[in-house]
Amino acid sequence: MAEFVRHAWSVARKDLLVEFRSRTAILSAVVFTVLVLMVFNFGRDPTAVAAVDLAPSILWVTFTFAAMLALNRAFQLELENQALEGLLLAPISRGSIYLGKLLANLIFVGVVEAIGLPLFALFFNVRILPVILPLVGVIGLATIGFVAVGTLFSAMTVRTRFAELLLPVLLLPFMIPPLIWAVLATARLLADRPLSEITGWLKMLAAYDIVFVGLAFLLFPATVNE
Amino acid sequence: MRLLRAGRWITAIGLVLLAGIYVRALAFTPIERFQGPAQKIFYVHVPAAWCAMLAMGLVGIAGILYLLLKDPRFDRFGEASAEVGTVFSLVMLTTGPIWAKPIWGTWWTWDARLTLTLFLFLLFIGYLVLRGAVTEPSLRARYSAVLGICGIPLLVFIHLSVYLFRTLHPQPIVLKPSAPSLPGPMLVTLLMSFGVFTLLYVGFVVQRYALSYLREQLEAAGGTGGGGGGGHA
Repeated sequence: MAEFVRHAWSVARKDLLVEFRSRTAILSAVVFTVLVLMVFNFGRDPTAVAAVDLAPSILWVTFTFAAMLALNRAFQLELENQALEGLLLAPISRGSIYLGKLLANLIFVGVVEAIGLPLFALFFNVRILPVILPLVGVIGLATIGFVAVGTLFSAMTVRTRFAELLLPVLLLPFMIPPLIWAVLATARLLADRPLSEITGWLKMLAAYDIVFVGLAFLLFPATVNE
Repeated sequence: MRLLRAGRWITAIGLVLLAGIYVRALAFTPIERFQGPAQKIFYVHVPAAWCAMLAMGLVGIAGILYLLLKDPRFDRFGEASAEVGTVFSLVMLTTGPIWAKPIWGTWWTWDARLTLTLFLFLLFIGYLVLRGAVTEPSLRARYSAVLGICGIPLLVFIHLSVYLFRTLHPQPIVLKPSAPSLPGPMLVTLLMSFGVFTLLYVGFVVQRYALSYLREQLEAAGGTGGGGGGGHA
């Protein structure tokens, strides 16, 4: 078990190190997030709609697009010099490769979200500090869910012809349920509603995470075995 | 080929029975008191939705069996079921708004079940697009099996969401813990319609399965494949 976690961590560390050395993907993802937030700002009429009413959708559409960028990158990395074959030849289980990839993606998306969230609060003048803890919880739970499915799917789409286009087409139907729950929960939080109103959504998000992390873990070997 | 002929017969019988269902629904089933004649579309909409769900469920089960047994027959079945499911979900998505307009006063509403069944349709499309994007048969079979399996829990979450959200959609009236609350003659018509739609599903799938089998044979024999893929049985 300790072995397994250690292997997963070395896969994740490898990905993060490659990312840290080049910094192109993370920088473009952050700039992309800022740009999407700006587009939303110009796309609404501030006199007609209060920022707080639009804020949850803005936040989640931005995070969805940013996560999609990150997920496309996850296995693209391994295409160069047939690195994926090397990874598969390593004496570690397929499960720990999946877990490592998932972990790296989560950290990547998490960093983008950690930068995006304060910017979002700044641009749209939304008070997030009083609800920061539950908000981070909602973001975390939703992110785990769709990054788990996305990591599995990007392992498949990367070897197809229209990888960049196919991933969103496959992944979006799976992202919608957690997104709906996350948007509803975020809206309640930003409207200063009591926490008890969002426990239902949190439970659904947690159930989704458990089901899809488990399933993706079991199915991942089928997507990479030769 | 025997299978293709059998599929055609089943479909033909299904189509004749479908005409019978229309006659029974329109002429021999009482008109619903509140909704009037518009409610007749119920006998098409709900069975179509049932077939779309059934198709997705079977795509998932075929995926599991394929990954366990590596038998190409399950992959062929999954492909056939997904294509037929796409058609049935299209029927569901077109009859739904036609029913909704007179009753709810709007063609489309972002109600939970509506939204998520739209995504069921998109899931079918995604499945078929994925199949088109992978050329190697065994890789394509494994990828589509994985996607199909992931579809099943998504369906479960769709059903959970129906209970969680306040929605315009009617709550289940037949498959629920207490006795069905649909009046007798309507229930009989609905159940007959379920049977006929399921028969049509089987007929279509058998034909589609036979066609992809023929196409594989053709490709294996060195033919160009692609093209129409059928027409001669």
